Amino acid sequence: MQATALEKIHVALGARMVPFAGWSMPVQYRGILDEARVVRSKAGLFDLGHMGRVRVRGPQAETFLQRLQTNDAAAIPPGRIRYAMILDDNGRTQDDILVYRNPGNDGFFLVVNAGNCARDLGIMRALAGNFDVEVEDCTHSLGMIAIQGPLSQQITQRLTNADLAALKYYAWTEATVCGAPMTVSRTGYTGEDGFEVYVPAGHEPKVWQAFFDAGREHGLEPIGLGARDTLRHEAGMPLYGHEIDETTNPLEAGLDWAVKMNHDFTGRGALERVIAAGGTGRKLVGLTTTSKRCPRQGYPLVHGGAQVGHVCSGSISPTLDTNIATAYLRSDLATPGTELQFLVRDKGEPCTVVAMPFYKRAR
Amino acid sequence: MRPTDRKYLKSHEWCKIENGIATIGISDHAVSHLSDLVFLDLPAKGSSVTAGESFGEIESVKAVSSLYSPVSGEVVDSNTQLPDNLEWLAQEPFGKAWMMKVRVTSQSPDLIDAAAYDAHCKAEG
Repeated sequence: MQATALEKIHVALGARMVPFAGWSMPVQYRGILDEARVVRSKAGLFDLGHMGRVRVRGPQAETFLQRLQTNDAAAIPPGRIRYAMILDDNGRTQDDILVYRNPGNDGFFLVVNAGNCARDLGIMRALAGNFDVEVEDCTHSLGMIAIQGPLSQQITQRLTNADLAALKYYAWTEATVCGAPMTVSRTGYTGEDGFEVYVPAGHEPKVWQAFFDAGREHGLEPIGLGARDTLRHEAGMPLYGHEIDETTNPLEAGLDWAVKMNHDFTGRGALERVIAAGGTGRKLVGLTTTSKRCPRQGYPLVHGGAQVGHVCSGSISPTLDTNIATAYLRSDLATPGTELQFLVRDKGEPCTVVAMPFYKRAR
Repeated sequence: MRPTDRKYLKSHEWCKIENGIATIGISDHAVSHLSDLVFLDLPAKGSSVTAGESFGEIESVKAVSSLYSPVSGEVVDSNTQLPDNLEWLAQEPFGKAWMMKVRVTSQSPDLIDAAAYDAHCKAEG
């Protein structure tokens, strides 16, 4: 089991630690629903030390990335970030990642899922043999701390010389944070405004504490992975292992906006065939229910006596005060307003197809 | 030490038998690990339950857990107020948050006393 540099701090804060993708991580501190509400109304602090972080540099870094992933790396300006997928030759999703082009235009930086990091590195190292490129795993040389919520900018600005008001969403910059050089991106996985700070190893406890000192008067609280999952689900963001995995492709998952067919990435041919066939016959949709039961991962969906899909993620939504779910559903039924049932122990409970995201912050 | 007037399952249900009737609930340890409870499904009066098998479900924000019966027999009473007052589980897991009463025909061989159950919880963390 791996531990982040902040593990002792989490335990001292009363966190319940759980194994997650080979890491000991805080799933909650006080309660998932309360933590989710804090992020929506004030700001929350997250240890994301488990996420995989990879530098890609060299003369052919851009060409390498064009092959590796689905978005158009050539179209990313310096200091900007794009969401993308790594696929296999059959167009199946191996991971979803963020691709950062360095602010100084001297390479790229990738953030990948903890659970897929080893496989991603294997794919990258195999591919790197064909390019003049250097792939460096910096998961252990950099920590990652996120602040998310409407008060994030106000709190973070007290710790850095960077002009955060000028930092656009999905942009990043080099900055001095707590007196040391770091990078800060305006990104997150909650549907709120916020920042992710890449912290050189050894500085994590100091930065974590500085956020608390700066945020205490604003109600900043630590947030576990449980609330993070609820928040991303409300915001309609996919989670690997739920909405996307080795059995899904990005088109049926509604992620076509992160797939640019203008370059030759692994899996492109398979996606072209899916497009030519008019899709896979199923689509990812949102569901809400008036039932007291919550649709959970794997529950069957039924319509007219036949199974027509299955649930990917289900959760209580503290923001909307109802139960929400994502599901793969037969394409002809995937229209908002369609009424279905989900099965709990063979008993049908009503649910309705709705547009995603479930929650969108006011801007 | 948890109440010694009853027995426990390692799956965190408790059972107190008086005059052939078992009162059944779940422990404080289970409640603290579930947290953010949102739904409870209990069997109706008159139904039968089997030792070691599921008699209901409890749902928290993140997960659904089965509840396992410490005894076999007929359900003679069910705490119908509890599903609408789930906070009782945190307040009085060994008292007013009882779940059902069963006329006992047999008991699970896996029931352990309070001391053994305390040790089990400590080991589980």
